[in-house]
Formats: sequence, C-alpha cells, structure tokens
Amino acid sequence: MTDAYVVGVDMIKFGRFPEKSVPQIGAESALLALDDCGLSIQDMEALYCGNLMQASAMVGQRILQEIGQTGIPVVNVSNACATGATAFREAWASVKAGLYDIVLAVGVEQMGRGLLGGTGGKGIPKEGLFGSGTMPAVFAEAGMEHARKHGTTFEQFAKVSVKNHHHSTMNPKAMYQIETPLETVMNAEMISYPNTKLMCSVNVDGSAAAVIATEKKARELGLLGRAVKVCASVLTSDRWQERDLVMPDVNTCTQEAAAKAYAMAGLGPEDIDLVELHDCFATAEILHYENLGLCGAGEAGRMIDDGEVALGGRIPVNVSGGLLSKGHPLGATGIANIYEVSTHLRGEAGERQVQGARIGMTHVIGLGSACGIHILEKAA
Amino acid sequence: MSQPLPAVDYLKLPEGGEPYLEGHRCQTCGASFLGKRNVCSKCGARDQMQAVHLPNSGSLYSYCIVHRSFPGIEVPYISAIVDLDDGTAIKGNLINIEPDPAKIEFGMPVEVVYGDALGRRDKEGNAYIAYFFQPKSG
Ligand SMILES: [Zn+2]
Repeated sequence: MTDAYVVGVDMIKFGRFPEKSVPQIGAESALLALDDCGLSIQDMEALYCGNLMQASAMVGQRILQEIGQTGIPVVNVSNACATGATAFREAWASVKAGLYDIVLAVGVEQMGRGLLGGTGGKGIPKEGLFGSGTMPAVFAEAGMEHARKHGTTFEQFAKVSVKNHHHSTMNPKAMYQIETPLETVMNAEMISYPNTKLMCSVNVDGSAAAVIATEKKARELGLLGRAVKVCASVLTSDRWQERDLVMPDVNTCTQEAAAKAYAMAGLGPEDIDLVELHDCFATAEILHYENLGLCGAGEAGRMIDDGEVALGGRIPVNVSGGLLSKGHPLGATGIANIYEVSTHLRGEAGERQVQGARIGMTHVIGLGSACGIHILEKAA
Repeated sequence: MSQPLPAVDYLKLPEGGEPYLEGHRCQTCGASFLGKRNVCSKCGARDQMQAVHLPNSGSLYSYCIVHRSFPGIEVPYISAIVDLDDGTAIKGNLINIEPDPAKIEFGMPVEVVYGDALGRRDKEGNAYIAYFFQPKSG
C-alpha cells in the first residue's frame, strides 16, 4: 500500500459565529486547506465531512455548494467528539486503499452554549435523580477514579488548565489568549467537583480541513517538501467493561488505540515529540498521559507537577491551548489537532514551536465511545 | 390517585413487597447488567440472561459533586458510582452525607434506599419511586 500524506491543512480561528451557517463555517477551512497546498476543489476526488449536530443534513454537499459542486463522492461522518478524526481517517483509508489519489477532509461544528449531555428518556427527567449525565460530571467521575487509585489532587487537575491556557496565549487561532493562574482556575465556578468552569472545554464554533494525497501524487504536485506523513491511523470502540453501563470507560479504548498506533508506526512513546490529546475536561488530560504511554501508571500527577508536559518540557501536550482554551467545536476538533501537529512538524508554529519536532500524535475520544489516534511524521 | 411508578425499568415494585433493583446476569460468563437484554455484550452468548435481585448494599467506587446542572435541578448533589456487593455497577445520588470531598471516602459502605423521586411528576401527574444511596448505618 502507498503511504498517505497531508499536503494541505488549516483551521479557522475558533470563535462564535451565530450569523453563519454550518456549511459556511466549514467552507472557510476547506478553502484555507486548499490554499495551503495551492490546489482547488476541482483537484479533489472525494470529500469526507465530519459534523455532529447536523448529522442528517448533508453538510458535506452543502460545503461543496459554497465552494464548488464538482460531483465528487461525499461521505458525511458523525462519531461524537471523534467525528473529525473519523472523517480524516476515512479520507486516509480511501487514499491508502488506492480508491483516490487526493481527497479533502473537513470537520465543522456550530455549538450552542452550556452543558452537554444528560437529558432524554421517558417518564420523568433523570438528571439529578440518578446522578448526573452531564459531561463535566461524567469526566469528573473518571478523574475521581484516578484520584482513588493514585491520589491525584484537585490542584493537579487544575494545573492542566493553567498549562493549556498558557499555551494558547501563543496561538492566534485559539478562542482565548489569556494567562490563567492556578488560583483563578481553582476559584472559578465549580461545575462538577473537581472540574471548575475553567477546567471544562470551551464550546465554540470552528472548522478545520486537510488535503490528503498518495506519495506519488504529492511528489507529482511538488508538495512533498511541506508534506506530513500519516504513520498511523487507528480507531477503536469501547470494549466491554464491568462498569461501562454507568461509567463510560475512556481509558481502555485509548490504551488499545495507542498500542495499535505505535505498532502501526513502528514507534514508541519515547519517539513522540508532541501530543495533542483530548482535554475535554482537565481531569481527562491527566488520564491520557498514562493511557497514551507518555508516563507509567500513577505518574500523571507528577508529570503535570514537574512541567514535563508544558512547552519546553520532555513531551509537550496541547501546545495549541487544547480544548480547554483553543476551544472544542466537536466535529472540527479531530482535524484541528492534525493541523496543530502538522504545523509543528513543518516548523511553522511560531512562538509556540516545539523545537526540532519530527513526530507527533493526535488523540480524540467521542463518548459512547470512539477513540481516534493519528501519528504524523515530517516527510523525509 | 394511582400507585407511584418506578422511575427506571430496573427498579421493581412488587405488589405488597419491598422495592428492589433487578439485574440480568449472563449464565455463560457471569457478567451483570442493569436492564433487560437478550444477548450478553461481554461474551456474546444468546438467551443466557437470567433476572436476579440485586443486593441493597455495596461500596462507593467513584463520585463527583455536581454544582451546576440543568435549570430547575437542585444542586449541589453527589453523583455516585457504586459497586453493589454482587459486582454490579450502578449510578445514582449519594444522600444523607455532606457534599464535601473531605467527608466522602472511596470504598465507603453504602446501602440502597427507595423513596419518592424528588417530587417529580410526569405529564399525567403520576408520582415515581426512585432509588438512592446513603452511608451504611452501623
Ligand atoms: Zn456473557
């Protein structure tokens, strides 16, 4: 099988755009990604579009109605917070399989404000009667499981948010660029202990897009110079676990996806120069240091205390600002992560550049569950 | 006024008997589930599910303290994951203890208690019975 390369990739600055439609928001990053490699929609052989909230509304076709209706096949993808990564992976798979030489993947979301999750069902409302189904609560319970096993503290969880907010001050495409000290994070409104408001991802609108090509096509187009090789693409779902009916297990599907990704790439955690992982809540980021093998079991609290995961540290995590500060437009997140890692591998990340970055990893979790991991490497 | 209804389908209210939680246990692999099912999602066995009475005692596995919920939901409250004594995991409100992390201990013994579903009624005005967890007395 041929290798597949990201030859063009970009995202819009995340924000709130109630005056725009979902396809309009998606079209913006599609055009940016095409511009990034100097191509047009006429060069694309297929479109893979990730969007969650309008999953039944043909968002991909409507993006083409904004930027060029060329009659190419369009696949609309929905997979919770792994939606963007799944669209990217389907695009990658089509190129690997030899179906197409060059394709476009777009992830887009327009979010409301407020809490996600929780409601629904027949009879009477269950929220607050049988615990909480809100996302901050679900991920707080996952974090408290880590606290139970390893003694992780509220302060350690809070430090994740301090770090990611600091990183985002160097990312002009993040929703926020605001230094946020530990006291501010810990004293913010408590949503679900131990997650305060500043430890919850920001609901924003956004989109990101990538152009993926075979090695041959990338070479023909003269695009290998800035290209980024996709060394691994893995998707897992939630294997049966004893508590998973009442406590979604975001750990096992991540551990399994990471093991497969390392095997596929022929690499190990020690080879990874930066990671963009799914910090939907500060508690979640701590879990994934261990799930991705960035440290041993029970060492995540020490990782954040020692600054190993900050820019300049041993293995910088979420230098984009992460979902906590860059923002989390669900369907766009899994491609925005690809953009971030690719930008570092290209040496184009400016002030927040991870020096000498050659290999990077992206990770997303869609609760329910889907885990998507990609390993990217600078083209030789 | 009609009889109160169970707030979830795995809570059973036998006539003239005590309320209880019903699980379904796979006769092939032993996995335990809340709610009815035909196929075991652990081992894939078909038609091996047997209804069982779940125990009314267990221990606190994990929790969080909810300070912001949907409009109209009273906060704060403790959202708890409990391992019942037979290994079945179940989620609910932990009551009769302060919602303060300093007061709550992982692994603390809890018991299942039954009562009115916090005054919630459906559109037809029916009352409901729910289950809660509380620290085990004695
Ligand atoms: Zn079974």
